[in-house]
Amino acid sequence: MAKAVESSGELGTTSPRPLFAGLSDISISQDIPVEGEITIPMRSHIREFDSSTLNESVQNTIMRDLKAVGKKFMHVLYPRKSNTLLRDWDLWGPLILCVTLALMLQRSSVDSEQDGGPQFAEVFVIIWFGAVTITVNSKLLGGNISFFQSLCVLGYCILPLTVAMLVCRLVLLAEQGPINFMVRLFVVIVMFAWSIVASTAFLADSQPPNRKALAIYPVFLFYFVISWMILTFTPQ
Amino acid sequence: MAAVDDLQFEEFGNVTTTPAENPDATTINIEGPDESPMHQPGPPRGSGGEEDDELLGNEDSDKTELLAGQKKSSPFWTFEYYQTFFDVDTYQVFDRIKGSLLPIPGKNFVRLYIRSNPDLYGPFWICATLVFAIAISGNLSNFLIHLGERTYHYVPEFRKVSIAATIIYAYAWLVPLALWGFLVWRNSKVMNIVSYSFLEIVCVYGYSLFVYIPTAVLWIIPQKAVRWILVMIALGISGSVLAMTFWPAVREDNRRVALATIVAIVLLHTLLSVGCLAYFFDAPEMDHLPTVTAAPNQTFVAAKAS
Repeated sequence: MAKAVESSGELGTTSPRPLFAGLSDISISQDIPVEGEITIPMRSHIREFDSSTLNESVQNTIMRDLKAVGKKFMHVLYPRKSNTLLRDWDLWGPLILCVTLALMLQRSSVDSEQDGGPQFAEVFVIIWFGAVTITVNSKLLGGNISFFQSLCVLGYCILPLTVAMLVCRLVLLAEQGPINFMVRLFVVIVMFAWSIVASTAFLADSQPPNRKALAIYPVFLFYFVISWMILTFTPQ
Repeated sequence: MAAVDDLQFEEFGNVTTTPAENPDATTINIEGPDESPMHQPGPPRGSGGEEDDELLGNEDSDKTELLAGQKKSSPFWTFEYYQTFFDVDTYQVFDRIKGSLLPIPGKNFVRLYIRSNPDLYGPFWICATLVFAIAISGNLSNFLIHLGERTYHYVPEFRKVSIAATIIYAYAWLVPLALWGFLVWRNSKVMNIVSYSFLEIVCVYGYSLFVYIPTAVLWIIPQKAVRWILVMIALGISGSVLAMTFWPAVREDNRRVALATIVAIVLLHTLLSVGCLAYFFDAPEMDHLPTVTAAPNQTFVAAKAS
């Protein structure tokens, strides 16, 4: 190293030599191996930025996304404190759930009475505007969760309520009556509690500790309104 | 503040004249123009602040002015600006709700609980809860009232949610706007000691609506007398919170204007509660017959006659 410094320090005294020309004279001692592999710690399924995913078949792409969505569904159904929903957020699952729920909740256009149940657009808007409002609220209170992560969690935690809607629709095929109503009420209450527990497990850690209740209450209100819409659904 | 004397800023005059006397010498003036004025208000601030406190009637007006000045420093297009309106903890929100439920005569809600930290969390979410409470309770109460009738087919009445939302949010934001504009206009004519910012008025209105949430739930009970008693109680509580908050702001004014303002505030509040009761909750029939076995025609005629 000293040799190179000396040779590059001789400015203007000898004939001009290229900079660092003496570096090639440096010999690295053989007993300091400078070889190996540099690895960047990557997430388990980071997408490579070359065209390897571009060439794969459409089925592969769809199956990969479906598997990711399905994995998150499992995380919602068995909520543990994990980061999967937050780390690899996606909005496909919430979209599928929201569309399913809105399709099942909308009143049929056959009866055009004034005060029926919600329309498809009303359910859609309530779910998405409600989720956005809760996210903005939790960010304004000082939570350190990103916008889309929060939307992802709130959307995925509608899954128990969608299951409740399916069960209610099946139960409504039977004869109506108080027992019918009690069964539906029980199912909706259980699924509502499940949604709250699941979303709290994912969201509570990102809030400042003295404002947790302030951030969780709107989630409670949101799922309560959706549960109410499910419970009061009456087929024509 | 002995350090002030040590710094000896009176040497300014000597320093500035040296370039004229000795042009070759370089004088470096590190004293900024905005630093010397700060030392003058230092000593008088301690004694003058207490006089201001007594005039305004606030214990810590100096501190709150400083705090208010420090808070809103971000420009309004940044996110941090809006975060200052959500700078409340859970216990503070509970305290404010408790203050709106238990109005202590003589105590001002704004001065006691808000203290230059108005938040938008309370008004927004209390209004949202109230919207759904009224819509759901109205629906439930109608269902229970018409339960036995053969011709009654339950509908969720979802359209009423949007109507309720429009009414409640318009009341909670437009009435404070009008009141604030009115108070500012009167302030320009009569120098009032107490004046509220727009957000503080929104805050008071938002928290005063909290008492209507349990009232709406209790309105499910299909008895006229019970409902009107509830209206009286709720109106008494929230009306008194509003009246006690705004009386100090208008009492310096012309007597009639002050009274008219307070009456208008309470009247609008009454209008809101009675209007919600009338629109969302069907009148319970006093002579409602649980017709289970009657023919549909007879039931319809009986229901129409009552």
